[in-house]
Amino acid sequence: MSNTIKVSVWRGQTEGAFEDFEVPRQPSQTVLDVITYIQRNIDPTLSYRFACRVGVCGSCAMTVNGRPRWTCRTHVDKVATDGTLQVSPLRNLEVVKDLACDMTEFFNKMNRAEGKFHPTKSRDDDFDMVLPDDPKRKQASQGIECIGCGVCYAACDVVEWNKDYLGPAALNRAWTLVNDVRDGGNAERIAAVSGDGGCHACHSQQGCVEHCPKHISPTHSIAGLKRAVAKSALKGIFGGDD
Amino acid sequence: MKPRGHRNHAHYWAFVLHRVSGLLLALFIPVHFYVLGMAIESATRLDGFLSWTNTPLVKLAETMLVVLLAAHLTGGLRLMALEFFGTRESSKTAVAIGTGIALVVGLTFLLNVR
Repeated sequence: MSNTIKVSVWRGQTEGAFEDFEVPRQPSQTVLDVITYIQRNIDPTLSYRFACRVGVCGSCAMTVNGRPRWTCRTHVDKVATDGTLQVSPLRNLEVVKDLACDMTEFFNKMNRAEGKFHPTKSRDDDFDMVLPDDPKRKQASQGIECIGCGVCYAACDVVEWNKDYLGPAALNRAWTLVNDVRDGGNAERIAAVSGDGGCHACHSQQGCVEHCPKHISPTHSIAGLKRAVAKSALKGIFGGDD
Repeated sequence: MKPRGHRNHAHYWAFVLHRVSGLLLALFIPVHFYVLGMAIESATRLDGFLSWTNTPLVKLAETMLVVLLAAHLTGGLRLMALEFFGTRESSKTAVAIGTGIALVVGLTFLLNVR
C-alpha cells in the first residue's frame, strides 16, 4: 500500500473542473474519510454532504471512479484499484457546489409517486394484523430498506433521458405501499405511477439493482407496479372485486 | 463531466443487445418483404437473387441474422419472466444463458450451410 493516494475532486457546479489532491492512506479508509481529510486539512472550502458515516442516513452518495456509491461504506482499497480516485457529484441531479447535489427533485418525485402513507384507521380502531409470511408483507419487505441515498437515481439512464421519469427509488417506495394492507391510497398511487414518467418508462436495464448499496431491486418493484397497473386497468374494463 | 461507468454490467449489455438486435431486425423486415415480392413479379429475378445469397459473405450475414433473431427472442423471454413473474433469482445467469443459446443457434445454422 502506497503512503498516499491521488484524488481528483470535482469543484464548481454544472460548470467546473477536477482538482487534484494527495491524501495520506490509512487502513480501512473509506472514500468519505478521504473527502473529509481534504476538507479538514487541505481545503476547507470543499463542499460535500454527510451525516451518520455508517450507511444509515443516505446523505453521502457521490460518483466514485465513474460509479455512484455510498462513500461512507466504500473502502478505498475496493475502488482505487490503480491507486487513484476520482470523486464527483451524483449524476442526474443539480449540483449545489462541488460534491453536494440538490436532492429536491429526487424527494419531490417520491411525493409525486404517492410514496406517502394514506391512513385508513383512527387511534380508536384495532391494529391490522400483518403476518411475516404474508405474500404482500414479503413483497414490501424486499423494498423497505431504502435509505433514499439517490444512488439508483444517478445510475438510471431513463432518469437522464426523461426528466419526468419518477425514478427507481420513488417507484420502489410506491410499490412497498401498494403492498401495505393498512394503506388506503392505492387508486391515487396507481394513477400516479402509470403516466409517461411512471413505471412503464423503465427499460429494465437494472443499473439501480447493480448499484443499490442496500441490495434492493427497484427493477422488480417497478415490474410489480406494471402488473398492478395492468390489473387495475383490466378491472376498469371488466369490473370485479379486489 | 458525464461518467458512464455505471453502465458496465451484464443487464446493461443485455439491454443494448436487445435494443440493437430489435432495430436491425426491423430494418431487415422491409428487405425480406421486398425479396418475397420478387416471387410475384419475376421468378427469374428471384432465382438470380437466391443464387447470389449462396455466396459465403451473404451466408455469414444470414448467420448474423439468425443470431440476432435468437438473441432478441431469448432477451424478450427474459424480460417477460422478470415483468410477469417477478423472477429475481439467477437474473445474470439468464442473460448468460440467453446469449449462449443465441450463439449456439447461430453456430448450428452455420454448420448446416452448404
